[in-house]
Amino acid sequence: MISDYVLEMRGICKEFPGVKALDEARLLLRPGSVHALVGENGAGKSTLMKCLFGIYRADSGEILLGGRQVSFESPRQALDSGVSMVHQELNQVLERSVVDNIWLGRFPTKGVVVDERKMLADTLRTFGDLSIQLNPRQKIGTLSVAERQMVEIAKAVSCRAKIIVLDEPTSSLTETEVEHLFRIIRKLKEEKVAVIYISHKMDEIQMISDEVTVMRDGKWIATERVADIDRGRIISLMVGRDLTHLFPPKDNLPSREIAMSVRNLTAAYQPSIVDVSFDLRRGEILGIGGLVGSRRTELVETIFGIRKMAGGEIVVGRKSVFAPYPKMSISNGLGLLTEERRATGIFALLSVQFNAIIANVGAYCDRLGILRRKAASSDTQWVIDRLSVKTPSQKAEVGNLSGGNQQKVILGRWLLTKPEILLMDEPTRGIDVGAKYEIYQLMIDLAKAGNSILFVSSEMPELLGVADRILVMSNGRVAGIVEASETDQEEMLELAAKYL
Amino acid sequence: MSTDPDAKRTRTRRRISAFLLQNGLYFFLIALLGIIIAIDPGFFRMQNFVFIVTQSSTRIIMALGVAGIIILGCVDLSLGRNVGMAAIVSCSLLQAVGYAQRIYPHLPRLPVILPILLVMALCSLFLIAIALIVTKLKVEAFITTLGFSLIIYGLESLYIDRLNDSAPIGGLDPAFSAFAQGAIEFRSFRIPYLILYAAAAVGIVWFVWNRTKLGKNMYAIGGNIEAATVSGVNIVLNSVAVFVIAGLLYGFGGALEGARTGSATNMLGEGYELDAIAACVVGGVSLRGGVGSIAGVVTGVILFQIINYGLVYIGVNPYVQYSVKGLIIVLAITIDSQKYRKRK
Repeated sequence: MISDYVLEMRGICKEFPGVKALDEARLLLRPGSVHALVGENGAGKSTLMKCLFGIYRADSGEILLGGRQVSFESPRQALDSGVSMVHQELNQVLERSVVDNIWLGRFPTKGVVVDERKMLADTLRTFGDLSIQLNPRQKIGTLSVAERQMVEIAKAVSCRAKIIVLDEPTSSLTETEVEHLFRIIRKLKEEKVAVIYISHKMDEIQMISDEVTVMRDGKWIATERVADIDRGRIISLMVGRDLTHLFPPKDNLPSREIAMSVRNLTAAYQPSIVDVSFDLRRGEILGIGGLVGSRRTELVETIFGIRKMAGGEIVVGRKSVFAPYPKMSISNGLGLLTEERRATGIFALLSVQFNAIIANVGAYCDRLGILRRKAASSDTQWVIDRLSVKTPSQKAEVGNLSGGNQQKVILGRWLLTKPEILLMDEPTRGIDVGAKYEIYQLMIDLAKAGNSILFVSSEMPELLGVADRILVMSNGRVAGIVEASETDQEEMLELAAKYL
Repeated sequence: MSTDPDAKRTRTRRRISAFLLQNGLYFFLIALLGIIIAIDPGFFRMQNFVFIVTQSSTRIIMALGVAGIIILGCVDLSLGRNVGMAAIVSCSLLQAVGYAQRIYPHLPRLPVILPILLVMALCSLFLIAIALIVTKLKVEAFITTLGFSLIIYGLESLYIDRLNDSAPIGGLDPAFSAFAQGAIEFRSFRIPYLILYAAAAVGIVWFVWNRTKLGKNMYAIGGNIEAATVSGVNIVLNSVAVFVIAGLLYGFGGALEGARTGSATNMLGEGYELDAIAACVVGGVSLRGGVGSIAGVVTGVILFQIINYGLVYIGVNPYVQYSVKGLIIVLAITIDSQKYRKRK
């Protein structure tokens, strides 16, 4: 039987500890078409593609490639079957040359010797076809992120694949580079290559793709022809419910009093933030938006004192700070919920109690430095109750809780330090919708109680739904500060591209 | 670029500190060499140099093996004991027929190459086992190879204890001794075989690292294992191959050590792994993996040997020599980690 589709994925399920990442996901790809795959962060797009590419094994479901059932156990098998992928995280060997990276995994040989001449000639030809002007002998670590992204695309193209997956290929490209990429994609279409295009950018999707599949919470929601669907409909399918139910009512009232003032803040080790100034008011949630690589994390980490500052000042209350370090920041009333929960947030193998009290452990010790167990356990219980952490006990390993509950424990850890200003870096990343809502609610409650929050997020809807004002970063600079109630995603995207 | 003097000064300062970082170790070593020569100008002679290079030969062969493993992003602490085992086994099979305390009295005289190939194979087997445990079961190479060095030490000690009452295995076949101690005479010039073996090993390993798929995959796995995986590189197969090459080199180097010194005990090879790893680091092979060159390894070993020998030559207290060596290692590794440190 000849199938209409070059790729059919049906009923794909994948579970990670504590999270159902894919739940009966589906994707049907026509030959020679560009198929957009959209959904909010955490909707399961990348996971689905990793199941296709043999990085993950799906727990159940079937994958048909050209009508034949396949189940790749490694990327090698996927590549051999004509599937290639440009990964969001740009998997490259930075110390090696461009040409070595392009041919990695399939070095051509003459006898036992690698055929460098062929590699170079073919690379130059591919670069020529794609009008990429780079020196193939250059070390890849010396290229800009945009250039590296183009190299990855050239690599996928040079594999002569039948299916190319582009996972957010334009996250750090400028407008002209995006146009360039689109020319490449159109050319691929002419050659009957099917492209799966993952992106958050609605403009791009409408410009380049033929069909769009929407995913939400790991589930297939809809597949439509792009010509037949408008942007609003795609977004509402992605979000799934009315925006009013996605976010708690915003009833905090920022005061006029300034809690923290950042003036001309520049980081010591560039590229990083440059000349950042803003005021954070008491009782305000100030959103920090921007593209990947716009240095939002660098901003909060510099304020907290993890990164060294070169110039500018931070005024907290009446105190001027020029060289902060974390302990000083904590005593100044700051708390930082870091972006990478696993790497810099939790102590996965230790108990809920340890994780809850660690930022403030001195307060639970007597004069001899011995832990007062009663105080520690009653405060941990407060965290568990206040944030409704679902845990079997205080002694449970934090690593065994779900992502949302881990995040609540860390948030509780900071609440125990009684911070006036909370810096929250992507606090809802990788946690389920219910837990997100609870975290939003908690943020608004904190603001109501007079605390101030810097809220870094890649998800524009949550910035719009939770923040009072939004500061948009672009390439390390402040592109603008807008009222959340008066702006929209389009204006934010424009600002985000301001200094690219 | 901004032109204000402050920024310019910062940039200049950065450049100077980067330069010092790149070359700091060499300044230190040159200074040390300068001190040695100042104390005894006689050190600076061709004869000494040939001697040092000869002494370095077996070390280069072994270091090339462990260097590949380091580039792969692992480390191998079993080098020394593999070398010791290779020396013991090869010597036990290559004793002179007329020697009274022969371990195997009825063994016919074997061609020298046979036992050498045997110990190369033996070392490779151990390294295959290590590679499979490290890459398949994802166990830390540090602990795995530490364990294997004990396993091998136990086995080789048992072998020498049972068969030779723990006495050194000596009385080697003259052909075997000549294999390691001989030289090509060229008028008044004399090139020891050892240097030729090292040169051959350098050539072969250079070819593998720079001209073959395996070499490129080795750098890629050490540089970014994720990238190698998603590009379809077979991590296990390539890693095993790199470990096998190391095993072959250890085996060959061990046999040469036995033949060169004329006898073998279970003490032979002790601590060689640290010397070899230190020489690699001195030569710019990064313990983070993915970075290193043959020239670097060779330079590292020879520099290390020059300092070693130089300190002996001017009569530095042997205990002080240990400390100087340690200082060089700490300096080398500090520079290595500073070079690749991400500043925040």
